[in-house]
Amino acid sequence: MNAVLTALAAIQATEYAYLVAAGLFILSLYWMNSPQTARRSVLAGVLAMSLAVLGAALDPHIAYWGWMALAIALGFAVGVPLSWVPLTAVPQRTALSHAFGGVAVGLLGTAKFYDWLAIPGELTYFRTTAIVAEVLLGFLTFTGSLMAAGKLQEIKWIPQRPVTYPFQNIGNLALLAVAILCGLALILDPHRFSLLFPVIVLLALAFGVLLVLPIGGADMPTVISLLNSYAGLSAVAVGFVLDNMLLVTAGALDGSSGLILSIIMCRAMNRSFTNVLFGAFGQVQARAGAGEARTAKSETPEGAAQIMEQASLVVIVPGYGMAVAQAQHRVKELYDLLTRRGIDVRFAIHPVAGRMPGHMNVLLAESEIPYDKLIEMDEINHDLPQADVVLVIGANDVVNPAARHDKSSPIYGMPIIDADKARTCFAIKRSMNPGFAGIENELYFADRTYMLFGDAKAVVGELVKGLSGNSGGH
Amino acid sequence: MLFVFMLASFIGLGVITRVSRLLHTPLMSLTNAISAIAIVGAITVTGVAHGGAGAMPRFSIINFLGAIALFASTVNIVSGFLITDRMLKMFKRQEPTKS
Repeated sequence: MNAVLTALAAIQATEYAYLVAAGLFILSLYWMNSPQTARRSVLAGVLAMSLAVLGAALDPHIAYWGWMALAIALGFAVGVPLSWVPLTAVPQRTALSHAFGGVAVGLLGTAKFYDWLAIPGELTYFRTTAIVAEVLLGFLTFTGSLMAAGKLQEIKWIPQRPVTYPFQNIGNLALLAVAILCGLALILDPHRFSLLFPVIVLLALAFGVLLVLPIGGADMPTVISLLNSYAGLSAVAVGFVLDNMLLVTAGALDGSSGLILSIIMCRAMNRSFTNVLFGAFGQVQARAGAGEARTAKSETPEGAAQIMEQASLVVIVPGYGMAVAQAQHRVKELYDLLTRRGIDVRFAIHPVAGRMPGHMNVLLAESEIPYDKLIEMDEINHDLPQADVVLVIGANDVVNPAARHDKSSPIYGMPIIDADKARTCFAIKRSMNPGFAGIENELYFADRTYMLFGDAKAVVGELVKGLSGNSGGH
Repeated sequence: MLFVFMLASFIGLGVITRVSRLLHTPLMSLTNAISAIAIVGAITVTGVAHGGAGAMPRFSIINFLGAIALFASTVNIVSGFLITDRMLKMFKRQEPTKS
């Protein structure tokens, strides 16, 4: 009798712990709305997660404490070093983390399926449907995210450029359709068709790879957001399988977060979901008209430094090139030198600059540039006609004026930062090779644009040298 | 259950649209950690003896799959929260506090 009462009390305590945890998760996301309160978010999140884990551990049926301790200890051993990666590697880490989430969910679904398969009557329509959804989402997120992480990390045997082949989309869709059909059969009669379960797992794994294969680097922000959304939705599916409200709530929060980020990314590129997923970017640029050789003017860093000195408003447009060259700390030096001379320096942040949402903000914040100088595209575009100098550091498509007027351009309609409207534009670039999307940038040939050829870090370093060298004379 | 899902999604949509664009990268790593809430499921699957009624309770392949899931979720929770905090710390600096 006593034991039953204690067990009941434990169940009650678990429910309360879950309730508080769900509330804290919502608060955690709410506090992300401003940098001032954001660190509270992490605190709330950690607290919520601890409550949830405690709540789950109160289950009186738990027997294998040793195994759990081992798994958790190993998780810490891998997780802690994984949080030390340099900030330029954050996109890869995020993708990898989606992969971990996906595999966890997929394995849980698999475990529950075989657990219930052994007991007649346990695999109800509802449970099997949830398991099929869970396993599909989980495993496709797993391989898809691994592919994305591989592409971002530039692992040799994973192609960076979009890979396309005939009938690709039809093939992928057919694969998905087969997986869903197998799922339906399984839902109708899990015992007779139980052999289809591993087939679904394999199809989901393959689909994840094929889904990300044709996607290029410039589309990575969208894909990562989408995978984020899948990871959340798969947690929801786990919640349905295990009849757990907390999982459903937290998963839904995560799913909607990923969805919103994907929508923001798509809008920032003027493309639809289907277009990102099914229209490989690399294919479009077989354009005529590139025949006429136009020349871009180039300038030396010393000359550029002199012009910058005379400016009163300098706008810096960072892009993925800045991240690759790890130039953010040099940019901070440049910022300091210019600010010290009373020059107003602002940063123009395009939503898809970099390889994941908000990538540039984090890099610039790392180099200690105050975040109120990081300005969103829509806002900074009002200031650009007044800007004396625009300095484009490793950004390309996000400043290409062709997006405004050239209907034949693949990026036509994409909102851009109006770098061409400033009085003078300097663009730092390694060479005249077109950017990731393979599109020629009109900005580089504009009258008021001067190219600074070289590695972003080296060129910004020379600008800094040019500016500090002159400071004695004034 | 579907009801809870719907309500939570709406709350999520409402809250996330207000998140500052500056913080989208930390937001994503935070939601990474939050989606590792699957750890709750992993704990149940790993810890509890499975098998039908009357079967000898022993640590089975099912528990083992759970343990891998538990490991993966722990990685996400630990690294997700730590790196989010690391990034957010950088955003603390503001103009007046600078020299």
